Amino acid sequence: MQQVWWKTALFYAGVVLIVVIAVYPFYYAVITSLESGTALFTPNFLPEMITFQNYVNVLTQGAFVRSIGNSILIAGVTVCFALLLAVTASYALSRVRFRGRGLLLMTILGVSMFPQIAVLSGLYELVNLLGLYNTPWALVLSYTIFTLPFTVWVLTTFMRDLPIEIEEAAIVDGASPWVIITQVFLPLLWPALVTTGLLAFIGAWNEFLFALTFTISETQRTVPVAIALLSGASQQEIPWGSIMAASVIVTVPLIVLVLIFQRKIVAGLTAGGVKG
Amino acid sequence: MAKIELKNVRKSYGAVEVIKGIDLEIRKGEFMVFVGPSGCGKSTLLRLISGLEGITSGDLVFDGERVNNVLPSNRGIAMVFQSYALYPHMKVYDNMAFGMKLAGASKDERDKRVREAARLLQIEHLLDRLPRQLSGGQRQRVAIGRAITRDPRVFLFDEPLSNLDAALRVATRLEIAKLHHDMSDVTMVYVTHDQVEAMTLADRICVLRDGRVEQVGTPSELYEAPANVFVAGFIGSPKMNFLKGRFAEAETCATLGIRSEHIDLVDGPGPDVWTGKVVHGEDLGSDNYVFVDIGAEEPVLVRQPGKLNTPLGTELHLRPQPQNIHRFGEDDRPVEVRRPEMA
Amino acid sequence: MSHADMVPEAANAPKSPPPEVNAGSGEAELQRQRIRAAYLFLLPMLVMLALVAAWPLFRSIAFSFTDASANTIFNGESEWVGFDNYVERSVRSNGEVRWRGVLVDGDWWNAVWNTVRFSLVSVGLELVLGMLVALVLNAEFKGRGLVRAAILIPWAIPTVVSARMWGWMLNDQFGVINYMMMGVGLIDRPIAWTASSDTAMIAVLIVDVWKTTPFMALLILAGLQMVPRDMYEAAKIDGIHPVKVFFKVTLPLIRPAILVAVIFRALDALRIFDLIYLLTPQSDSTVTMSVLSYRELQQFGDYGEGSTMSTLLFLIITGFVLLYLKIGRVDLAGDKG
Repeated sequence: MQQVWWKTALFYAGVVLIVVIAVYPFYYAVITSLESGTALFTPNFLPEMITFQNYVNVLTQGAFVRSIGNSILIAGVTVCFALLLAVTASYALSRVRFRGRGLLLMTILGVSMFPQIAVLSGLYELVNLLGLYNTPWALVLSYTIFTLPFTVWVLTTFMRDLPIEIEEAAIVDGASPWVIITQVFLPLLWPALVTTGLLAFIGAWNEFLFALTFTISETQRTVPVAIALLSGASQQEIPWGSIMAASVIVTVPLIVLVLIFQRKIVAGLTAGGVKG
Repeated sequence: MAKIELKNVRKSYGAVEVIKGIDLEIRKGEFMVFVGPSGCGKSTLLRLISGLEGITSGDLVFDGERVNNVLPSNRGIAMVFQSYALYPHMKVYDNMAFGMKLAGASKDERDKRVREAARLLQIEHLLDRLPRQLSGGQRQRVAIGRAITRDPRVFLFDEPLSNLDAALRVATRLEIAKLHHDMSDVTMVYVTHDQVEAMTLADRICVLRDGRVEQVGTPSELYEAPANVFVAGFIGSPKMNFLKGRFAEAETCATLGIRSEHIDLVDGPGPDVWTGKVVHGEDLGSDNYVFVDIGAEEPVLVRQPGKLNTPLGTELHLRPQPQNIHRFGEDDRPVEVRRPEMA
Repeated sequence: MSHADMVPEAANAPKSPPPEVNAGSGEAELQRQRIRAAYLFLLPMLVMLALVAAWPLFRSIAFSFTDASANTIFNGESEWVGFDNYVERSVRSNGEVRWRGVLVDGDWWNAVWNTVRFSLVSVGLELVLGMLVALVLNAEFKGRGLVRAAILIPWAIPTVVSARMWGWMLNDQFGVINYMMMGVGLIDRPIAWTASSDTAMIAVLIVDVWKTTPFMALLILAGLQMVPRDMYEAAKIDGIHPVKVFFKVTLPLIRPAILVAVIFRALDALRIFDLIYLLTPQSDSTVTMSVLSYRELQQFGDYGEGSTMSTLLFLIITGFVLLYLKIGRVDLAGDKG
């Protein structure tokens, strides 16, 4: 019995270690964001003081609020646009047998995993050609490069799992492919759409390289770029308090979403990756 | 309402041919059952008739019109699926009305037909429920109701009872039989692997094996005059006894078939009497199954009504009823040779 | 006709052309209708991908053969220079042969080496740690849901935020990591984690492993949960040691899940940009192919050389994927079986 006790203790120690490592950095960011002055620069495990000065600074100085708005707009539009195109495409890819389907699927997966830097100069040219430089549309357009293949891919795996007999019943009832998608499958796919949309949203929300390249003015920045470029009064002085406050502001909504949709997110992440 | 003709119908998936040239006529208003072991092509054949699968070659004719290239929804068919295939997000009413709605029927027309079908199947009280709120049996009824609402000329059933438990299966079987009686002008095609279902429901049965028709006939024709060893073994429960070697030679055939209910117990040995020991017994209450080792490849199964007192090892004398002996030649087909004294 | 081995129906799908009799009537009307619809449904997506992916990729590769710069990229005055950006041989007046171009550039090879080193170590560490976390989460214990929620947090935090957060924690003067390590006596004076060339790579690895191990763990966990419980029961009854069970039973069964998780992660690692650009912006010991290419493009405005680097990165990644798929026989389409 003693050996069992010892093993259990070790197991739970491991569990605690995992949780602490996962959560502590964010906790530390929260503490830092609540401190100012010298307390900020003293490492500690509980906040020495609680002040919201850093939050006030971030939200009132510069264009951070504007950046949040930009990020929501860009990620939201990108995701809606990708889902719109992906629903019909993934129906075709998951339910219709046609020549070249496997090749097409592999290509789509390939595009979603491609290094963004490889298209950067071409995309930069395209964005300028279309007159979108330094506008949110430049980012909506460029984010499509990873959100669209991703949503197609995940929705394809979800749609593949819908029972074939329901579709056949609809065919016998006289439903065209378009009617099958809109009146039979879509109502069944809401959970999958929410999951896929959420994952794509997080991807677009977090994107940095394109946002850094295709925007120039402070008012057009997205949140990641705004945080990366937050600077203090002088070059040397990094405003850690403000950076941490900004980090907390943009991360808390994501964490809340992730916790609410925990199960669905795990299902979405693993869909396509591992099949039964 | 429709006569269905299949003329040399074939279906291949690439190099693999699964339906190997079927000629079959299904009469108007007939209840036709496709039966056979798994992989015999019975479901594929039904799907060819429905139009869910394309026919590789041959003709499919409904009432004189070739329908090979007609969409399923334009063939005037309705289909009941094994898994019911109800639309999970639609209420029972909408499930039943969906097809008519797509066909552009008016609201009143839809309402009238849905309610008629619901009354026929006694599911009027379920119309406002979602499929997930129904039991398996209720779902199957709704699926049938959805098919009725379409007012089809051909009704297709793909193993509709196999997801139900044993008791419900019998009850639903009765209902389907009643439905056929009430809708006597609708042609019904029913696929099953269960020969009891086939025997109890069918006007005629089509036995399939390996993509070919083995025999078509009424249940009693198949039972009394099977066209070959396969049909003889497939139809009837328990399975027919088959004997080879000297037992068959005595009847001048290659394989002798005798059903378990056509063997009498006699008091002692004699000509045409088989003697052996009981190796296994099964008491079903109303009947007794006794397995007797008479020196053939397998023990002979004898079915006797009532109680029997035959412990293992008991010696029994068996006399096959001469008029019920099935004789098959080397080609597994019946031989007409009769012994002189029987002529 | 390579698609034939990818589509799920490969087993029963046409391997040879359909029989002649089919030629006239063709497939059933239903199938024709569906295929027509499928092409129509795919069209908008394909047009969009062509616009945002194929065309820019093509242009980027084209730029790598020109001397395009920030001044000439839009006005078409850049000139075709062939492979000069890759490698160029020139002979000076005194007869000395000079080589220049990305392929003979020490900085480039340093970035290649950094990328490879980073990818190997980070994916390796994440695989081992992810496996451990997955094994823990696969056990049944109270609060498992809570732990799973906790490990999703690093995954959800934007890379920019985690780079900043860890940059603060790893700060040489005020960082809590130095403080803790000095507290327990591991080090006797603060380490300049992100600035010192000895430790910069370690700092990057710490942050990357922290952030992406959860993803690995979740993919492996999904694989683990498909291993039937009976298997463990049976092994237990047979008295096989758990470690042996893991290597002989569990590992082979979750191999497909691991192969997929590893390739997803490896592709992410090979193209890493944000974390290194933000955490160790000046360090030569961490600069990767993506970062170097970005610097060339944006900071120096050399679109020719920058595109050359990005094209090389693209080729390296493509080569890696093809090799991996061939060696690992990974079924990414999830089509078979």
